[in-house]
Amino acid sequence: MSAIFEEKIHQTMADPKLQLAIFAATGRLMEKRRKAVNAEVCPDYQQLRTQANAVKRHTIGHLDYYLELFERNVAAHGGKVVFCKDAHEVADFVLGLAKERRASLIVKSKSMTTEEIDLNERLEHHQLEAVETDLGEYLIQLAHERPYHIVAPALHKTKEQVADLLTERLGVPRETVIEKQTMIARAVLREKFLAADIGISGANFLVADSGAIVLVENEGNARLTTSAPKIHIAIAGIEKMIPRAQDLGVFLKLLGRSATGQPLTVYTSFLSGPRRGEEIDGPDEFYVVLLDNGRTKVLADRDKRESLYCIRCGACLNHCPVYRKIGGHSFPWVYSGPIGAILTPQFLGVNHEPGLPFASSLCGACAEVCPVKIDIPKILLDLRSDVKKTELREGANRLERLAFRAWAWVMRHPRLYEMAGMAAASLAPSGDGGGWVRSAPAWGIKIAPLDAWLSQRDLPSAPTKSFRQLWRERR
Amino acid sequence: MPARVSLFVTCIVDQLFPKVGIAVADVLERLGFQVDFPELQTCCGQPAFNSGYRGEARQVARHFLDVFRDADYVVVPSGSCTSMIAHHFEDIFEKELDYLALARQLAPKVYEFSRFLIEIAGVEDVGARLDEVVTYHDSCHALRELKVKNGPRRLLGNVRGLELREMDAAEECCGFGGTFSVKFAEVSGGMARTKIDSILRTGASAVVSVDSSCLMQIQGALARAGLPIRTLHLAEVLASR
Amino acid sequence: MSRENVLHKVRTALGRSAGQPVQDSPPVYLTVPEAGVEARIDVFFERIEALAGKTHRAQSLEDARAYVERVIAGRKAIASNAPVLRQCGITALAGVESGITDGAQLRGLSASAACGITGADYALADTGTLVMLASPQEARLISLLPPVHIAVVEHERLLTGLDELLSILPHPAEQTSSMVLITGPSRTADIEQILVRGVHGPGEIHVVVV
Repeated sequence: MSAIFEEKIHQTMADPKLQLAIFAATGRLMEKRRKAVNAEVCPDYQQLRTQANAVKRHTIGHLDYYLELFERNVAAHGGKVVFCKDAHEVADFVLGLAKERRASLIVKSKSMTTEEIDLNERLEHHQLEAVETDLGEYLIQLAHERPYHIVAPALHKTKEQVADLLTERLGVPRETVIEKQTMIARAVLREKFLAADIGISGANFLVADSGAIVLVENEGNARLTTSAPKIHIAIAGIEKMIPRAQDLGVFLKLLGRSATGQPLTVYTSFLSGPRRGEEIDGPDEFYVVLLDNGRTKVLADRDKRESLYCIRCGACLNHCPVYRKIGGHSFPWVYSGPIGAILTPQFLGVNHEPGLPFASSLCGACAEVCPVKIDIPKILLDLRSDVKKTELREGANRLERLAFRAWAWVMRHPRLYEMAGMAAASLAPSGDGGGWVRSAPAWGIKIAPLDAWLSQRDLPSAPTKSFRQLWRERR
Repeated sequence: MPARVSLFVTCIVDQLFPKVGIAVADVLERLGFQVDFPELQTCCGQPAFNSGYRGEARQVARHFLDVFRDADYVVVPSGSCTSMIAHHFEDIFEKELDYLALARQLAPKVYEFSRFLIEIAGVEDVGARLDEVVTYHDSCHALRELKVKNGPRRLLGNVRGLELREMDAAEECCGFGGTFSVKFAEVSGGMARTKIDSILRTGASAVVSVDSSCLMQIQGALARAGLPIRTLHLAEVLASR
Repeated sequence: MSRENVLHKVRTALGRSAGQPVQDSPPVYLTVPEAGVEARIDVFFERIEALAGKTHRAQSLEDARAYVERVIAGRKAIASNAPVLRQCGITALAGVESGITDGAQLRGLSASAACGITGADYALADTGTLVMLASPQEARLISLLPPVHIAVVEHERLLTGLDELLSILPHPAEQTSSMVLITGPSRTADIEQILVRGVHGPGEIHVVVV
């Protein structure tokens, strides 16, 4: 892995308060999910997963058709679809529209997609104020940080840190009571909602047969973002598509329960265009930006295409024993946890962080809880193979490759294997499983894997006889 | 009931925990099986496969298939090795149709030890005795890929003198993960310590599992922490009299 | 902007050609249970109360009005144009503004009102949810800006759950630009996972079934 990755992991693991925050937050979310998907309250949970996987497989497999259907239906209801191939185009579109409409203030509701394309940074360069309105996102925006977790962006912040942040950035007197901190943010953001020219949201789902987007939230900021300003722009990856409004029965059930244990979040908005006819309020203009930004590359890889089924529930993060130790900020990109580990190499190339596919014990807890049944461990294994192919091409990591070649050669020759085993046993400290050693003998050569093992735990001493020796004696 | 069972001890048991292999043989022989140990066996190839070296994994897997091609049943004291053979050989031999066919033909005959006892031998009580308070660790591959969960618990439940206490984090990964344990040693160590905390809360004097790699990780961490808790493979418990 | 570029890449990735039709999609999966009105109301109220919402089973239209009057307690309120509110006499209560059709006026009143009073197009029993379709009868902001939301739901509109809603309303987009499902008061747990209500939307919800 890269030195940065290693250092970030180390820092996170060396911070006991952060460890506790991550552990407690993910533990709570796991427990909530468990209560919402157990057999009494959700008897058809496994069928729902199977159905969701089948619908996603179908939709992704025919994505061009559904994109065009969606586009037609959005237009039919008075909105407009804008296809953007990358981050630049999205920023250009938003800036162009803002300029035309003489907009200066934008409010945003939570959208990982907009984080992915660094939209706020791009807008800031052009003197457009873009304010995050989800409480957690607002706080990390004030702190100039990235979200820590898909569902809980400010998971890592203590109330003392939030108090400092609010005082520093807003000039308010120091307040450490969480409810009052929330009300301070609410008051500030209410002004913004009512004054904003443009509201930018993401979309949890794009509904092809309706030309609609679906937004799920608990706070109400997404509703305000999409109802108060005159212009609403929804930005979503092309893979968010589902075929029919009726498929929401399955997807909404799975999303809420998997993410936070809620059968439904407080607000679920189904928005299909600017306000119509005699409707009293709502935006006058409605745009849906459909973003590629590398998704078509993932789409082209048949074996890994299912990575695009993700509905961004965050369950894999909560259940991952590795995420629970290293947290969201150790990851190199906006998407963290198991889904981040498979998306990042596919979007940014395996060389962006070659250690990422290996930062997993392949325990499979993620696959077990994924509502759309993405086989994350399988994709990680594929990516590991991709990394090694790249290294072979580039002539990198030669020593490791040589070691495995030698190992494979020994493993194909049973007598050599037996001799190698006996040789290692004679060099190593012995005992019959009773002794565990704290350190390796000083052979004068540094064996990195041995040192790494011993840095954390003891090593078993070599038994005096191998199994096959015992077996022969037994006969 | 079939008479002949071929034992694939796995390289880790062969080299580091040979008593586990002997225990498996003891239990099977007491149940009336004729246990065969093909001497040419070495490894299933998992370390290379998990590290991304598919070519090297393929070479070793070919050797495995050649050694075991005529087996009626292959019993394996490891969930991860069983899953490698029964599930992942498919991925390795995509393009080699003869070995792919051999892998597919062999897969249904390859059994993790506890699964073999329950499903093929049809027993849940092997007449074992061990006076100890133990807790059980669910090895990830056994649990999630092979759906091994209640079998070992039922087998342990019938061991005279044994008290089984469930730990709260039984299904959480111990942190071994093959080369993960050395590539991401700090995280792996942290995961082991979390597992140990859970074990301590049970008050058990031993941890039981169906995978020696997990036990090696857990025991290593226990020893480093100076804790007197020991680890036992399920086979060792079932072989106790 | 890059319409052809993106669509072309999608087709190439999938090995599909322009205009190629679609094979059978997996059938829709919706399960609609049977449940009588009383059972629905019981479950509905149980769910709302579990989310710290308040419920009231009105014995009559007057009773509904009386309940709403108690909740408002003389504070400024804005009511939507849902017919049921007029029928109950709620729009005639002191301090209640209604009959608004101008967007700017509605926004101003909603922003300063203590209570927002609406009807509901449907309600979902098994999740304690109100379903609001934007229309000349129901503006979006009334159930969103004021810190208290009072909804008067006619019992005939109470469905078993989301699946039943989607069964009878498969194409919400044909009716409205905005369909919102409201399940309890606004909430967040973004700071130290501590629950706080009323962060942007109403922190207090009252559901009256008539």
